[in-house]
Amino acid sequence: MKTVAESFSHQDIRPVISCHNIVKKYGSSTNEVTVLDKVSFDIYSGEFVAIVGPSGSGKTTLMNILGALDSPSSGTYTLDGELVSNLKDDELAIIRNTKIGFVFQSYNLLTRATVERNVRLPLIYSLVLSPTERKKRIEAVLQSAGLSLGYLKNKSNQLSGGQMQRVAIARALVNDPSIILADEPTGNLDQSTGKIVINSFLKLNQEGRTVVLITHDLNVAGNASRIIQIQDGKIISDELNGNEPKRKLT
Amino acid sequence: MRYIDLLQETSYSLLMNKARSFLTILGIVIGIAAVIVLIAVGEGATAAVTNNISALGSNLIVVVPGSASGAVSQGIGSAQTLTMKDASLLQQQLQYVSGISPEIAKHFQITFGANNTNTNVIGADPIYSFVHNVTINNGSFFNQQQNNTLQRVAVLGPGVSELLFGSPYAGVGKQIEINGNLFSVIGVANIKGGSGVSSADNNIYIPLKTAQQYLFGQNRALTSISISAMNAQSINTVEQETFNLLLQSHDIQNPANADFQLVNQSSIVASLSSTTQTLTVLLGSIAAISLLVAGIGIMNMMLTTVTERTREIGLRKAVGAKKKDIGSQFLCEAVALTLIGGLCGILLGIGIIEVLSLTRSVAVVTQWWSIAIAFGVSMLIGIVFGYYPAQRAAKLKPIDALRYE
Ligand SMILES: Nc1ncnc2c1ncn2[C@@H]1O[C@H](COP(=O)(O)OP(=O)(O)OP(=O)(O)O)[C@@H](O)[C@H]1O
Ligand SMILES: [Mg+2]
Repeated sequence: MKTVAESFSHQDIRPVISCHNIVKKYGSSTNEVTVLDKVSFDIYSGEFVAIVGPSGSGKTTLMNILGALDSPSSGTYTLDGELVSNLKDDELAIIRNTKIGFVFQSYNLLTRATVERNVRLPLIYSLVLSPTERKKRIEAVLQSAGLSLGYLKNKSNQLSGGQMQRVAIARALVNDPSIILADEPTGNLDQSTGKIVINSFLKLNQEGRTVVLITHDLNVAGNASRIIQIQDGKIISDELNGNEPKRKLT
Repeated sequence: MRYIDLLQETSYSLLMNKARSFLTILGIVIGIAAVIVLIAVGEGATAAVTNNISALGSNLIVVVPGSASGAVSQGIGSAQTLTMKDASLLQQQLQYVSGISPEIAKHFQITFGANNTNTNVIGADPIYSFVHNVTINNGSFFNQQQNNTLQRVAVLGPGVSELLFGSPYAGVGKQIEINGNLFSVIGVANIKGGSGVSSADNNIYIPLKTAQQYLFGQNRALTSISISAMNAQSINTVEQETFNLLLQSHDIQNPANADFQLVNQSSIVASLSSTTQTLTVLLGSIAAISLLVAGIGIMNMMLTTVTERTREIGLRKAVGAKKKDIGSQFLCEAVALTLIGGLCGILLGIGIIEVLSLTRSVAVVTQWWSIAIAFGVSMLIGIVFGYYPAQRAAKLKPIDALRYE
């Protein structure tokens, strides 16, 4: 039996995401809850990974750590060869801005701002695109997220849940990140819109981007090249998505 | 982050929270306008009092008979120790003066037809009008020739003329009786203000020699000698010189035994302006309190939105905002709010001052430092309370800021 790492036969490839014994605890020392318990895995560039698990198992908590939005209580997280705990606040800001596209489970939009301003938000913190180039880019990502351009000027609190989700996805894609982390990106979408979104993720993956997504939907997970199962803060299985399991944790 | 983006984010933020922006600006406007207006009113009162005093005469020193202390206290003005001889001595010897006016004064019965009053009659040289700043509205003041030839002419204060003739500035050419002697009214003075029987508006001025001839008697001592120093700097010298000259001529060795007193106008001004200073301080304190209240309003406005804004900061950080980006956006917002509010407050304050001074309801003097202080303080409060909480939120981990309750 080969491990996931071994299946990438050339061992000289370094993982883009590398978690080692990640522990996340909440609460005071007297009333402590361990939400992630020694989670370790590597994700290599170009992988499409689905994380599945029951509600409350710690998926979002893990995703927040991967997105450099939160830090683990112990353990090490290495992103693109750099130990995240060693990075300064502003260095993390640059990574979040340029390397990672993050789709929140709860969207986190600026509710009183228009769709356009929400999608544009990451662009104003980078100098890559000139203000005039932005418009094209915004329209392109809204299309890949499956939202009609007619909504550009709508306030985001006037959208349906599914439309908000697509705005959140478009925002994650707008800075052309090499890693896409999406927390239940199709949770609020109907089957056909969900398909549009997943297809655009697949396309992004085929272009070489690393995609990690959390999902309940087995159809969605079926598109991934690898599925990690979490339960009670522990990884209970980590398999390449094929007929034969490549690795099984005990 | 580009400046254009910074400005755009700032204006979007302010417009997105119209009510909050408006209330914050309103608080600043009221605070600043209150400070500017109240201080202008306080200063206006001070200026009005000072003006009234200088209307009495410029750089005035008054010599009155009577000792300041001593067993035989006769009360100021009632002693008989100042004479025409003293006045001529001062006229010959004193330097740095622009006018010396010997005066006798007493209340007399005045009649015109059926009207009569009892008022202060002052016998003086023509220079009196210069020394005491008496300006004539109608007719003229008497001259040296009328004094020398003992003419029975009188100049009325507007108060007297109103009493006798029914309107101020009336009565020129009419004959009035002073203590039974007929006098022709040749002039009426302008209103000086002040109130009560001591107001200069209730005086009647007649030539000194005429007064001695018909009303007071030739040997009557002077009530006062008023001296106008050349300028404010020479007041002390003139005062000292007068004191020495009079001591000598009265043959008094010990200055403590002086049988006359000097009163100088600047000491009156000083004591009165300390009173009005109190008024300014009082109004200033009220202004400071309203500024404080406005400041607390701004503070409250900035702090209550902190929850909402903390989530926004979390989101901005999550999509790549650096601490500096957050800092400059919130600083920009606070500056914009306080700047708009500050400018409107200054305009409103100056507008109110304009209205007050146009309607002449209250005396006002605009103090530019009060504008600077009011503006500075509200700006400081806005920036501290708009920027500091944002800065604190910017230090949180993005996920903690996003979850902030
Ligand atoms: N800030 C927090 N403080 C305390 N406990 C927390 C906090 N955030 C999450 N938890 C707990 O951690 C556990 C895992 O939460 P998490 O959001 O990671 O679940 P999840 O797997 O994403 O669930 P779902 O599928 O419902 O989104 C839950 O039991 C939750 O109560
Ligand atoms: Mg979750």
